[in-house]
Amino acid sequence: MSRAVKNIFATTLGIIAVGSIIGVVAGFLQQAGNPANMAICVACFGRDIAGAIGIHRAGVVQYLRPEILGFVLGSFAAALAFKEFKPSGGSAPVTRFVLGMIAMIGALVFLGCPWRVILRLAGGDGNALFGLAGLAAGVWIGTLFFKKGFNLGRGQVQSWSAGLMIPLLMLGLLALRLLYPPVPGEAQSGVLWYSLSGPGAAYAPLGFSLAAGLGIGFLAQRSRFCTMGAIRDVILFRQMYLMYGFIALLVAAFITNLFLGQFNPGFEGQPVAHTMGLWNFMGMVVAGLAFALAGGCPGRQLFLSGEGNTDAGIFALGLLAGAALAHNFGLASSPAGIGPHGMAAVIIGLAVLLFIGVANCKKS
Amino acid sequence: MARQHIDARGLSCPQPVLLAAKAMDAADGGELEILIDNEASRENVGRAAQSKGWTVAASEEVDQDFRLVLTK
Repeated sequence: MSRAVKNIFATTLGIIAVGSIIGVVAGFLQQAGNPANMAICVACFGRDIAGAIGIHRAGVVQYLRPEILGFVLGSFAAALAFKEFKPSGGSAPVTRFVLGMIAMIGALVFLGCPWRVILRLAGGDGNALFGLAGLAAGVWIGTLFFKKGFNLGRGQVQSWSAGLMIPLLMLGLLALRLLYPPVPGEAQSGVLWYSLSGPGAAYAPLGFSLAAGLGIGFLAQRSRFCTMGAIRDVILFRQMYLMYGFIALLVAAFITNLFLGQFNPGFEGQPVAHTMGLWNFMGMVVAGLAFALAGGCPGRQLFLSGEGNTDAGIFALGLLAGAALAHNFGLASSPAGIGPHGMAAVIIGLAVLLFIGVANCKKS
Repeated sequence: MARQHIDARGLSCPQPVLLAAKAMDAADGGELEILIDNEASRENVGRAAQSKGWTVAASEEVDQDFRLVLTK
């Protein structure tokens, strides 16, 4: 397919369609078995993958989520089809790895990434309002750094093999999922770990999950869908393009939840959520700032990885490492509240982000 | 009419748009040439230009990159 063909998804109607499709698919994934108000949360599912491969051992969050693999592989397919597979990278890779770690840790204090902020709101979880405010505040701090010249430096064109690394990694994980499927009542199947209870034990059928991930990956690559970018571009440029996708996702998921009887408004007893408003806010300040400094929400980083962007790939690996630390060190929250070291994680995470922000401001 | 050049290749989102927007604001007219290395940034810079009342006079592929010319 030629690049000369107009990219219909990179139009206002296109991004609204993509956001709406993600919202509807999320609602049906939840109905088909995925955890409530989580459906297709990138941070939660990254954490579940970290559990499935045993780099953390929190028993309730272990499942090799096919949606995440599909995000990268669907984007990879779209990038190949439209001649946008262009391996590049080398822009402060270790800094991006650290940003990924901190983003995941902040998201797990809130219990969700920006996608889940939207999905929790669409399911009626009032606690997500604190998360949304935190996300906006974190992204706003990021825009202050951009105005001061924040820049992680230029990347370079890389070999095609470098760009294939993350898609191949995802193919490898998919092979493991096919080789070692869940066995009822067993916490381990081959090298993979599975949850017997909790959110990790809630999942839609493999075929649906994978197809949903591939489809969303393909569409999001074409439309450049990004939840953090939606907020950033409104603050920085008064540009609404990505925000239309953000709002479409919220509205479509809300309507789908109403239709499927999955809308339960309130603050108490919401699925996989806690009611500590301050820490819901602060967790997302940290995550939002980290996503802003890295240039994309976790979904967007996966889609960029599929295009061969190894800097986004490094960030995605940082997310996995952050998930492992968050559970191994007691930083992640649970429905009972924040983890024993959640407060310290937020304070240290914010301090590291501010250091990265200040240290990379270059006055032109 | 002086033509400004910006090389935004290798820069990640939102840097290409930031550089282009800054140059458009500072110039308040004229011609601006910007080099970009990915399709998403090409779309974003085009949108930013239109919202600021600039015209995308040229948008072409050069080797593996893109060259945009914005005018006002």
